[in-house]
Amino acid sequence: MSGIFEYNGGSIVGMKGKNCIAMACDRRFGQQMSTITTNYQKVFKIQDNILLALSGLNSDIHTFYALMEKEINLYNLKENRKMKPTTFANLVASALYERRFGPFFVTPIVAGLENGKPILATYDSIGCKSDLDDFQVGGTGGNYIYGACEAFFKPDLSPEELEEVIGQSLVSGCDRDSLSGWGGVVYVLTEQKLTVKILKTKQT
Amino acid sequence: MTDFALTTFSSKGKLLQIEYALNAVAKGDTAIGIKAKNGVVLVVEKKQSSILIEESSVQKIALLTDNVAATYAGLGPDFRVLSQQARKLVKKYDLKYQEEIFVQTLSRELAEDVQIATQRGGIRPFGVSILIAGYDEEGPHLVQLDPSGAYYSWKATAIGKQAKNAKAFLEKRYNADMEIEDAINTALLTLKEGFEGQITPTNIEVGVIRDDHVFRILPPSQVKDYLEELE
Repeated sequence: MSGIFEYNGGSIVGMKGKNCIAMACDRRFGQQMSTITTNYQKVFKIQDNILLALSGLNSDIHTFYALMEKEINLYNLKENRKMKPTTFANLVASALYERRFGPFFVTPIVAGLENGKPILATYDSIGCKSDLDDFQVGGTGGNYIYGACEAFFKPDLSPEELEEVIGQSLVSGCDRDSLSGWGGVVYVLTEQKLTVKILKTKQT
Repeated sequence: MTDFALTTFSSKGKLLQIEYALNAVAKGDTAIGIKAKNGVVLVVEKKQSSILIEESSVQKIALLTDNVAATYAGLGPDFRVLSQQARKLVKKYDLKYQEEIFVQTLSRELAEDVQIATQRGGIRPFGVSILIAGYDEEGPHLVQLDPSGAYYSWKATAIGKQAKNAKAFLEKRYNADMEIEDAINTALLTLKEGFEGQITPTNIEVGVIRDDHVFRILPPSQVKDYLEELE
């Protein structure tokens, strides 16, 4: 299986703004050169103030997301409280490492707001966590998105500006990557609300 | 290990082994806990059976993590085992979430281990009641964990030999506005009430946690100061 991470294709990106965070993903679900569907969900709302984006093998995206849902639901019931974004970020790392010798083929990005403060973390497939100050990418189109992010990103952008910047970065990246695209979805989370916007990319 | 349970119901619906475990607890040295507005104090009798025993080697208050500690009444070795299990539980939680564990969560998970000993084949219940004192995000906590696996949150309580008298004493003295310094004095006074012989800084152990979330076992010199204040 050369390129198990490239088999389904897909890209994700996360960004920090001023008291807000944004997450974006493409919508393609493919099997190597074939496109199966153009509405596959890769960003999940784990809790009102936590978003989880996953790129990699779609089967593992779905399984890992389900595992995290289960963890957070059990936590809510056992501890009788919501999980903090930093706690969830650590949970993702330890859940990934638990499968050190048979890993989930995913590269997650966690974004959230903890007491109004933006949280952003990314991991490799075995749970090496990095906390970041600006933005992070994942997936087959990652490197192309990096370039656009570096050009457009500024610290402390407002939610509207952040939505624009992350959207443009995702679209530029996905338009170049043959395995990502077929539309994009942008999520912007502030203390008050979560907005979801669907973007058009090059339809190829 | 045997296949059959040792703890089984009597015709009256009682689990006699647990009753007997509670008897063992009632014979143990008294331990008192008081929860104040801004902290928790644990005070426990440390009377040694012989003057030849190295008093400093006996530790009755065990630190479970930075912000939680426990003491007991009953069988010392059983407490040692449970406090070690509790420490492992804390670390397991820490590895998974990298967050300070809530006292209620720790109590509940430890209670699971205690309950298992009342149902699993071939083993007897633990012969200790444990007082868990901690300060977490929710505030100060004082929890009692019994041999049955039941756990209760208290404002102030006592376990062991003098439990009944001490609790009666505490009922009169406790008030919800108590600050930690008042609580320490009250706890020492309560212990002194039923103490056989002279209370000294080395035949009791005192542990305190304040809103800095750090549990400290007071050195004998500090205990001496508090005892002198009582005079």
